[in-house]
Amino acid sequence: MRRRTLADTHVIDAEHAHSPHLRHHFDDMGQQFDSATFGMWVFLLTEIMFFGGIFGAYTVYRNLYPEAFAATSNYMNPAFGAANTAVLIVSSLTMALAVRAAHLGQQKVLQLMLVFTMIFGAAFLVIKGFEYHEHWVDMKVPLFPGHWAWDGPLAPPEYAHQAQILFCFYFFMTGFHAIHMVVGLGIMTTILLMARKGTFSPTYYTPVEVSGLYWHFVDIVWIFLFPLLYLIGHTKNLI
Amino acid sequence: MSTAIQEPEIKETPNYLNAEYGWKSWLFTTDHKRIAVLYLISISVMFALGGVFAMLIRLELLTPQGDLVNSDTYNKFFTMHGVTMIFFFLIPSIPATFGNFLVPMMIGAKDLAFPRINLLSWYIYIVGALFALAAIVMGGVDTGWTFYTPFSTTYSNTFVITAAVGVFIAGFSSILTGLNFIVTVHKMRAPGMTWGRLPLFVWANYATALIQVLGTPVVAITLALVGLERAFHIGIFDPAIGGDPILFQHMFWFYSHPAVYIMILPGMGVISELVTCFSRKGIFGYSFIAGSSLGIAIIGFLVWGHHMFVTGMSMYAGLYFSFLTMIVAVPSAIKVFNWTATMFRGSISYETPMLYAFGFIGLFTIGGLTGLFLGTLGMDVHLTDTYFVVAHFHYVMVGGMVVAYLGAMHFWWPKITGRMYPEGWGKFSALLVFAGFNLTFFPQFILGYLGQPRRYHAYAPEFQVLNVMSTAGASVLGLGFVIPLVYFLWSLRFGKAAGNNPWGAKGLEWTTQSPPTTFNFDETPIVTEEAYEYAKHEEAHVG
Repeated sequence: MRRRTLADTHVIDAEHAHSPHLRHHFDDMGQQFDSATFGMWVFLLTEIMFFGGIFGAYTVYRNLYPEAFAATSNYMNPAFGAANTAVLIVSSLTMALAVRAAHLGQQKVLQLMLVFTMIFGAAFLVIKGFEYHEHWVDMKVPLFPGHWAWDGPLAPPEYAHQAQILFCFYFFMTGFHAIHMVVGLGIMTTILLMARKGTFSPTYYTPVEVSGLYWHFVDIVWIFLFPLLYLIGHTKNLI
Repeated sequence: MSTAIQEPEIKETPNYLNAEYGWKSWLFTTDHKRIAVLYLISISVMFALGGVFAMLIRLELLTPQGDLVNSDTYNKFFTMHGVTMIFFFLIPSIPATFGNFLVPMMIGAKDLAFPRINLLSWYIYIVGALFALAAIVMGGVDTGWTFYTPFSTTYSNTFVITAAVGVFIAGFSSILTGLNFIVTVHKMRAPGMTWGRLPLFVWANYATALIQVLGTPVVAITLALVGLERAFHIGIFDPAIGGDPILFQHMFWFYSHPAVYIMILPGMGVISELVTCFSRKGIFGYSFIAGSSLGIAIIGFLVWGHHMFVTGMSMYAGLYFSFLTMIVAVPSAIKVFNWTATMFRGSISYETPMLYAFGFIGLFTIGGLTGLFLGTLGMDVHLTDTYFVVAHFHYVMVGGMVVAYLGAMHFWWPKITGRMYPEGWGKFSALLVFAGFNLTFFPQFILGYLGQPRRYHAYAPEFQVLNVMSTAGASVLGLGFVIPLVYFLWSLRFGKAAGNNPWGAKGLEWTTQSPPTTFNFDETPIVTEEAYEYAKHEEAHVG
């Protein structure tokens, strides 16, 4: 934390007059920026615990029923998952570039990069939608009666119930993640509108920075989801 | 700073209460002090509601036959008592009201780091509370506040989802409050307010905030799974298809045991403030008390299994959890010893807040020591699910937290409202609370030891005498809560003006006017001394 002194008071008042973005209860822009980014890190900590809860439950069940969980991999499509991983990694890159552009005051680049980020984010959701549709056709949605079937050569009957539990985990984990993506798209829309109004400058780009942290976090969650859900059983089919 | 300048001609000094008028100025406020008042009103309503359910429970238990209500209704009574008291009173109680009001003032800040998020947390709390109320009005919930599976997911025919959604939503309010406190304490301290000079109330709220931020998301996802399981019958907690209902208990207690420390740590922070102020002495062992708050917060995350000794957990896990339960008693004991040492040779005065502090130290010690009984594996097999457990956690939650909350009410009421409460009535009701509390819950230790199980609406006739004592005590306790409500409201209009520092207390909050102005300080204060320098000033007076 920056130590404040009495002499700072005048500087603070001067800054107060100059920066319209300084909220009344902060002394200076530096303190405000530090608080906002630190706040987002603490929030991401809560998100880690939120996803951590369900990852923990997943771990328990995967230890209880390793073969059943591996068998479900036959019904996951790693092509979709890999494509989405790539899409999200690229979106993280464009997000990072957007923050950099905001930092440097390159307004056009900032808006362009935000648009790219949103396009990739939306592409992720579209691909996920196709994938959900495939599960629906495939009768692999145990949440709805009549849309769950466990038969065929790849589906050992003794795993019927346990596979159902895994598919529930699949839908919860990817579903919670997708909700976070939708929220992220909403945030990006707001940031884009603010950028178009010319809100940001090299001295004030806190919202871009903070939203970027959130976006990267949601991407990282997917990096964990992809191997845990898609690659636990039939990696040989990939090669 | 520039914003705090006001016209000096106004007769009543400008303060946060008269800065603006009208309901909009309250519902859209971002002032941490006004939000604290909003919380104070809301949680008082929930406390009254939970209290009504408590009285209904005690009325039913007046006679052994179970003749007032049937067992299903009784199950709803204790569930709604637990849900409202724990999630909607105890968890927000001190952090959301006094923490909200005092943390920025104690560290010399104008507001919390995120005032709008602070207001949002109150709205989230209200939405959560409305869901809980809806569950009550539609017909109640009968699972117990713990929502144990598979009863909650498969067999209960009550409004489990509505109540769980309410708790889920209220959890986010708690997370946001905690987040705000952590950032505020890290980034908003006034010059000279080092970590080693933070008032212990701030340390306690900081430790609490860590638990809120790290624990609450886990119970959120757990309750989400319960709701989804109940809605879609997916089987995650359903043993019929290979689900594990005990996993629910692990996930639930992973939050809900640390939540016990959310419910007690802020109370301990209050007691640290009261004990030094009314002993006119610096706190004994400042760094140990501050550190023990963090110690409780950390170890508190590692002991959840002691709620599950008899649920079919591995014996080795039981040993581990039992051992750590003993360890978590150490930081709690450090606090009690340090408070006692602080009072030693202090010049103690017996104002109402100090009476509550005495009550806290005694009652919390009993609650904590009986916790060790329950943490001992062999004893727990005998005592689990008996009234001994009920008595134990009420000694901590009511004898500890509610007593500390009332102590805080009396101590900071002059700062919040600028008015004094009537001291005589204050002392009287403090004694009433102490007597009523012990009469209510001490017999329950004996009942539990003798074997009366909890959560039944009928019991063996030989337990009646002790149950009648308990019900009588509950009435006294209820009166002890109603009297302060009356005189606090009375004092708003008729109480004598408090002045800036009626207790001669240390701490930045007492250097401001009562009630404080909207931005707390006219100038950012500069801190040049340690916390609780009472001795120094006494000497200066003498010299």
